[in-house]
Amino acid sequence: MADAITRRDFLKGTGAALTGAAVPGTAARAAASPPATIGAVPGPLSATFDVNGVRRAVAFEPQATLAEVLRGPLDLTGTKIGCDRGACSACTVWVDRVPVASCMMLAVDVGERKIVTIEGLATGDTLHPVQSAFIAHDAIQCGFCTPGLVMSCAALLATTRDPSRDDVKAAISGHLCRCGTYPHVIAATLDAAKAGG
Amino acid sequence: MKRFELISAADVPAAAQARSVTVADAMRTKGGRPATDAVVLKAGGIDLLDLMKEGLLEPGRIVNLRDIPELARISEEPDGTLRIGSMVTLAQLAADPAVRARHAALADAAGRSASPQIRHVATIGGNLLQRPRCWYFRSLHHHCARKGGTTCFAFAGENQHHAIFGHDGCAIVHPSTAATALVAFNASVELFAAKRGTRVVALEKFFLGPSQDLSRENDLKSGEILTAVVLPPARPGMRSAHLRQGELESFDWPIADVAVVIEVEPNGVCRRASVVLGAAAPVPYRAKGAEAALVGKRISEDAARGAAVAAIAGAAPLGKNAYKVPVFEALVRRAILDTARTA
Ligand SMILES: Cc1cc2nc3c(=O)[nH]c(=O)nc-3n(C[C@H](O)[C@H](O)[C@H](O)COP(=O)(O)OP(=O)(O)OC[C@H]3O[C@@H](n4cnc5c(N)ncnc54)[C@H](O)[C@@H]3O)c2cc1C
Ligand code: SF4
Ligand code: FES
Ligand code: FES
Repeated sequence: MADAITRRDFLKGTGAALTGAAVPGTAARAAASPPATIGAVPGPLSATFDVNGVRRAVAFEPQATLAEVLRGPLDLTGTKIGCDRGACSACTVWVDRVPVASCMMLAVDVGERKIVTIEGLATGDTLHPVQSAFIAHDAIQCGFCTPGLVMSCAALLATTRDPSRDDVKAAISGHLCRCGTYPHVIAATLDAAKAGG
Repeated sequence: MKRFELISAADVPAAAQARSVTVADAMRTKGGRPATDAVVLKAGGIDLLDLMKEGLLEPGRIVNLRDIPELARISEEPDGTLRIGSMVTLAQLAADPAVRARHAALADAAGRSASPQIRHVATIGGNLLQRPRCWYFRSLHHHCARKGGTTCFAFAGENQHHAIFGHDGCAIVHPSTAATALVAFNASVELFAAKRGTRVVALEKFFLGPSQDLSRENDLKSGEILTAVVLPPARPGMRSAHLRQGELESFDWPIADVAVVIEVEPNGVCRRASVVLGAAAPVPYRAKGAEAALVGKRISEDAARGAAVAAIAGAAPLGKNAYKVPVFEALVRRAILDTARTA
């Protein structure tokens, strides 16, 4: 298994042969025995992310969140940042098929896991059934919360064949929609489920 | 967030040698900004990032526990004891078949904390150690007593979400919902330190109220790694329930939550009872009066009502949170009756 952030990339990134320096992710385990000692590491970290099925090299500071890296260097601005505190779910993406708040996850913590964003949900020009149902049900007003909601509802349908209304409510319980599209979101998701989403 | 150095610990001993300090220590100041050279531990990072984004915590170095696979497991010992690794997520805990079957109140408490997105990342260790939600505490502009200042702003201020019991100089409520259930099940925590090795402390003793120490919520020592939460085996006739009341139907911390664990004889008489109130006090609050009221009785509407009245005896609400008293009374009554569902 290739390391998400290789020690080599890392050393290239810092331009210095630091031994046992601060190395994120699995690289440390490969390098560690004795355990990593602690050193100052200036400059960005380099990693390769699996985003929407494409491997992409990216550099970021240790404090960068996944949301910031998606919207910044990866130019995937479909993911929105609302509260930036885990409290509105606008920034929801999948990490290994599981919805997470990308504003509260450090980018380095992604490691080898696969990221799917709203840009990766459609297959070519064919929208995901949840996307089509959102359009059919007019489940969008200003649209700021919509990418996150679509990711949560699509994740639900991936694990639950015949969800109940309560299942949908639980799946979207973390989402804030200032425009109040909730009833349409629920109806759209139940419809998408019936359509075999 | 300020830049920090990130260290990935490969195992528990390596993490324990990283010279970490507790986040409580790293945050405490005489005023002004927190220390910028502190080394702190990170699990899922939800509370850590929250504090850092607010400027309340500015660590120089973060030790990541994410790459220690043995901390992310739930294992069962031959006698039925469950060891829940500290890096097990709330989602994992809520879905675990053994936990669901025998400790339903814990599965429910974990499974209804926060939002699905947060539960997939938040760990049980980090959840127990998260810092309080008091809005003065979370505000950079209020240097309150818990952060090293001299004043508690809550007593004369906006205290609708604060404690109705045990507010001795500070009126936080303990922020962990899972802790309510864990205390009811008499769980313990395992804490590893480099020189000493592991100590095991009952969770109820691990949490500290403001009269014991106003500046930290628990007895975690600098350098210690919380490695596991230990759940004693289920006992014969044991049933449990956890109920929460939110301000909204959605994800926020509850305004009140209650865990009840009872043991019932084959003839239906209650042999032992734990009744614990969350979001009621600076630590999970054991309602001893309610426990005593249940023992020796059959679980019935009347018994539940009597125990609920006993649970709120001695409540001392502040200016704006008296509404919590009847909420707790109702939750205790319903949770006691709900235990029948897990029989
Ligand atoms: C919108 C929202 C709603 C929420 N609702 C709820 C709710 O209803 N109920 C509830 O209980 N919580 C709730 N939370 C809080 C959330 O559950 C916690 O922030 C989370 O569980 C913290 O876990 P973590 O793994 O992310 O910890 P981190 O943020 O990584 O760590 C938290 C603290 O624990 C320390 N730490 C972590 N692991 C260890 C270890 N193994 N050994 C020693 N120290 C360690 C860290 O140094 C830090 O001080 C909510 C959060 C959000 C954003
Ligand atoms: S309740 Fe505690 S944390 Fe809140 S302002 Fe008072 S001292 Fe600070
Ligand atoms: S922007 Fe991430 S939860 Fe609000
Ligand atoms: S559509 Fe405007 S916030 Fe949801």
